[in-house]
Amino acid sequence: MATTTYREALRAGLREAMVKDPRVFLMGEDVGQYGGSYAVSKGLLAEFGPERIRDTPLSESVFVGAGIGAALGGMRPIVEVMTVNFSLLALDQIVNNAATIRHMSGGQFNIPLVIRMATGAGRQLAAQHAHSLEGWYAHIPGIRIVAPATLEDARGMLWTALEDPDPVLIFEHQTLYNMEGTLADDAGPVDIDTAAVRRQGKDVSLITYGGTLGKTLQAAESLAREGIAADVIDLRTLRPLDMPTVLQSVRKTHRAVVVDEGWRSGSLSAEIVARLVEQAFYDLDAPVARVCTAEVPIPYPRHLEEAALPQPAAIVTAVHAMVTHHE
Amino acid sequence: MSDTIEREHGLHLLADMLRIRRFEEKCAECYSAGSIRGFLHLYIGEEAVAVGAMQVLGRDDAIVATYREHGHALARGISMDRLMAEMYGKQEGCSRGRGGSMHVFDAQTRFYGGNAIVGGALPIAVGLALADRMQQRARVTACFFGDGAVAEGEFHESLNLAALWKLPVLFLCENNLYAMGTRIDRAQSQIDLAAKARSYLMPAESVDGMDVLAVEAAATRAAEAVRRGGGPVFIECRTYRFRAHSMFDAELYREKSEVETWKTRDPVRTFTARLLEGGLATEADVAALETSVSGEIARAVRFAEAGTWEPVDDLLKDVYSPAPRREAPVLGAA
Repeated sequence: MATTTYREALRAGLREAMVKDPRVFLMGEDVGQYGGSYAVSKGLLAEFGPERIRDTPLSESVFVGAGIGAALGGMRPIVEVMTVNFSLLALDQIVNNAATIRHMSGGQFNIPLVIRMATGAGRQLAAQHAHSLEGWYAHIPGIRIVAPATLEDARGMLWTALEDPDPVLIFEHQTLYNMEGTLADDAGPVDIDTAAVRRQGKDVSLITYGGTLGKTLQAAESLAREGIAADVIDLRTLRPLDMPTVLQSVRKTHRAVVVDEGWRSGSLSAEIVARLVEQAFYDLDAPVARVCTAEVPIPYPRHLEEAALPQPAAIVTAVHAMVTHHE
Repeated sequence: MSDTIEREHGLHLLADMLRIRRFEEKCAECYSAGSIRGFLHLYIGEEAVAVGAMQVLGRDDAIVATYREHGHALARGISMDRLMAEMYGKQEGCSRGRGGSMHVFDAQTRFYGGNAIVGGALPIAVGLALADRMQQRARVTACFFGDGAVAEGEFHESLNLAALWKLPVLFLCENNLYAMGTRIDRAQSQIDLAAKARSYLMPAESVDGMDVLAVEAAATRAAEAVRRGGGPVFIECRTYRFRAHSMFDAELYREKSEVETWKTRDPVRTFTARLLEGGLATEADVAALETSVSGEIARAVRFAEAGTWEPVDDLLKDVYSPAPRREAPVLGAA
């Protein structure tokens, strides 16, 4: 076991991919000389050279589209988009091309492309650098959406994503980059199909992913002190959803709270609630609850940003309402 | 304008243009009859561009095109049968019927669409060229698009990156003067499109897009430069669309007289006349071509009509690849 950070785990995953497969290359804004805007790719330019660690102009649409073209041409591109808000400048390529070409071409062309980007709030970056739009992307058939919330997943999801014949978007929550922990020396690729149960409990299922996993575990800890045992589900893959794991938990606890840093309206959390209603209605002892981001553009001042985001206290409150309601 | 061509080559160029012209006329008929649905954009008037440019591409080169791409598909060698079946939405079509008129794909000929987002395919062309560069393959990616795409940000991003990285892209702008119904001077402050490419330090020229030999000559020079590793080249082909933008266009934005004036430069008619006048072809040759093309079209229509519908059970097929996933342990609580 070695002590490391989420950022270093991501970098280790990148290094491994670059070493293992000569078709792999990284491109994006400031991934080379600058070392990556979140320093994930620091040192890789010196190790792999400018052919494979490519600094691009600030042209999201063309460098994402070039990733699609390069994948069609036999490469295994990793495209880094600095932040999810900037990915909107490449929506045409992601939604109209990456997600459609396989189906629209009758299965003739697939696109083994990986797009990484930072998502989420919590660092006072205001309303154009801090949104959680992964739920939006999870709406689109033809792409796979993953959100590593742990060091193991930061380390291991990339290689599996590169082995996927279709486009995979990896959402790295920006508050996680400095997260410290230990990682097994032989840590390697992990699956990108299943949800993980991060904590076992019998009273309520807390369903979350990415940047809110830590807050949800904190809430579970606090609930445990009052004798309420929570199952904590880390979705890991947001499309396709691993509903069997979610359903198994809810059928055990009969109560569910979905914690999602996306906005509530038309969101991933809404999708999960809908599926629980469709597939586990008679297993539920209480209405499903949600803890989401307030429906505002993320504000700059810390107190307002904190008030906008899902917090452990709100999760605890949601569970209390649910448990007392039915006792 | 090159005057010295071989008879065989001249007849080949004429045959390719004629195949496109008659195919498109048949598509219009089939559309009226209801066998082709959706949006249909005809290439009539612009045949010299695809045919001239396609002559210089080899088997390993790639093509990226727009939603007005039937001509490119035929000139590239996709069979008329499979193309017509695609128009009909039949699973024998070149995209399994999934794409229709606007989304022709063909792996065998490296034909990467059929892209119906104006400007949306340029970044893909840049990426295909990047893959060739990184794998040291001396290939060309030919990227066709219209004057409308020049107004899109993706055009500028793509030209800049291709030039910056010296990627082997042949940018072929089919300037037919109208972005749907908006005339170029109502949409763009600079209507000298080659000048825009030059501003990215990319060699660029404008050619008469109604003259198949002029297009071929320019494309030959350009493709050689691209293949030698000199980076991208831009060609503006000045052409004109004789028919409406799509089948739902009352053409309120242009005068009939303008269309008639351009029709005097009809690429098929003028090239036929040139072959006849130059003694490279006879009336009988042209008549034989017409007969052969009409036979090919009749066969294509029969093929399409006899084609089958993809089973509804296959609806979700190919949204994702079927490749089996590697087994990995399921993560549990720590």
